[in-house]
Amino acid sequence: MGGTNSTNLKLKLKVWRQKNPQSEGHFENYDVDSISSDASFLEMLDVVNNKLIRDGKDPIAFDHDCREGICGSCSMVINGNPHGPQKGTATCQLHMRKFQSGDSITIEPFRAKSFPVIKDLAVDRSAFDRIIASGGYVSVNAGNARDANSIPVPKAKAERAFMSAACIACGACVAACSNSSAMLFVSAKVSHLGLLPQGDPERESRVLKMMRTMEEAGFGNCSNTGACSLACPKEISFENIADLNREFARASAKERA
Amino acid sequence: MKYLMSGIGRKQLMAITGLLWSGFVFAHMLPNLLIIFSPEAYNKYSHALTSNPLIYIPEALLVFTILLHLVNGIWVTVENKRARPNKYEMAPSGEKAPRFQSKWMIYHGILLAVFIVYHLVTFKFGPYYSVTYNGVEMRDIHRLVIEVFQSPAYVGFYLACMVAVGFHLSHGFYSSFATLGFFHPRYSPAIEKFGYVYAAVVAGGFMSQPLYVFFLAGR
Repeated sequence: MGGTNSTNLKLKLKVWRQKNPQSEGHFENYDVDSISSDASFLEMLDVVNNKLIRDGKDPIAFDHDCREGICGSCSMVINGNPHGPQKGTATCQLHMRKFQSGDSITIEPFRAKSFPVIKDLAVDRSAFDRIIASGGYVSVNAGNARDANSIPVPKAKAERAFMSAACIACGACVAACSNSSAMLFVSAKVSHLGLLPQGDPERESRVLKMMRTMEEAGFGNCSNTGACSLACPKEISFENIADLNREFARASAKERA
Repeated sequence: MKYLMSGIGRKQLMAITGLLWSGFVFAHMLPNLLIIFSPEAYNKYSHALTSNPLIYIPEALLVFTILLHLVNGIWVTVENKRARPNKYEMAPSGEKAPRFQSKWMIYHGILLAVFIVYHLVTFKFGPYYSVTYNGVEMRDIHRLVIEVFQSPAYVGFYLACMVAVGFHLSHGFYSSFATLGFFHPRYSPAIEKFGYVYAAVVAGGFMSQPLYVFFLAGR
């Protein structure tokens, strides 16, 4: 590592520590130095954890996997912003050059009733899995694969579906929302699948099932502030939420019984 | 029924009732301005409205819709608060800070609910003065308005509530469209701007009456 402009940063970290889901959490302060400005945010935490382990202390628990911004595992709120200050970036792709030496950085877990803390910065996002399982799929009859171009998809719809498909289900929308609503997540899935002919047969049942599961899981309602979209590392458009509202009303009107 | 109990269903109900009231406040504000022109026109307009038996239909509709709006507003807020039991240490900032916030809606809303009741008690169900124009006896609501707005405390309270009307409308108007599923990159910025202008016009229009009475029409 180390480009020609690389510098070493000295930082004051204030990190949320929580032993387990039942315990009361608290902030702990850590003074760290010699952090390369080329390091990613997670690499910075790795350095901190190495030192904690060397000192015989419990390292900071945080979720991470691909570290290339596509898996949606990393989940933390950095100085009040889910995934940190940079737009369109997951924590793993946030680099320390966005910070200045001497900065104080507050790191908290995603906070929502539906995302209980497992330990420190790691939260349980299985509520998202339950929402997906309830309707976030298309049913395909097994058999030979259809010819790729046999199903016409209008270009504009394909693009909007693709933009919605970029959602990595990280939960930053829930973390950013003042109501811990999962509407941006659900709307991304509903638009992604509902706009395409392959998802059309389940268009109505999908939106009803996913929204009902979302509500059962204890997520809040949307107040249209757009904070979700600003925090989203994939910059899923707020427009999707309006589409979801419309789809839900339409499906409700068509529902029998 | 399932729809009306769902989060989106209740928000859409709030959007519809909110938009209805957005229209009503404009229709209420505009004739208020008659006070600047003539006490007679003001009283005659009021008489024309209240002496028509059909007035009970819109009145009942307004009461029903505001109650729906209020109950759902409180319900939705309670759910939203429950969804985030633990607060953050810091709020979103910089590029990720939302341009407007909705957390104040419940507070303006409750203030406005109190105001509406107090407002009806003061005026609609307030002292009855009568006046006669061309042999037709009618309520001299103009006299009551002049009297009420002599009190600096009442004027201050009224103005504060009208600021709340402005803020409530400025978020509510735009938000209603999104909740009802209408959002388009070409039109939504215009709806948002119109919402701000509309909120300022309605709030400003309502404020002009006590200010006019207090400073210019004081006896």
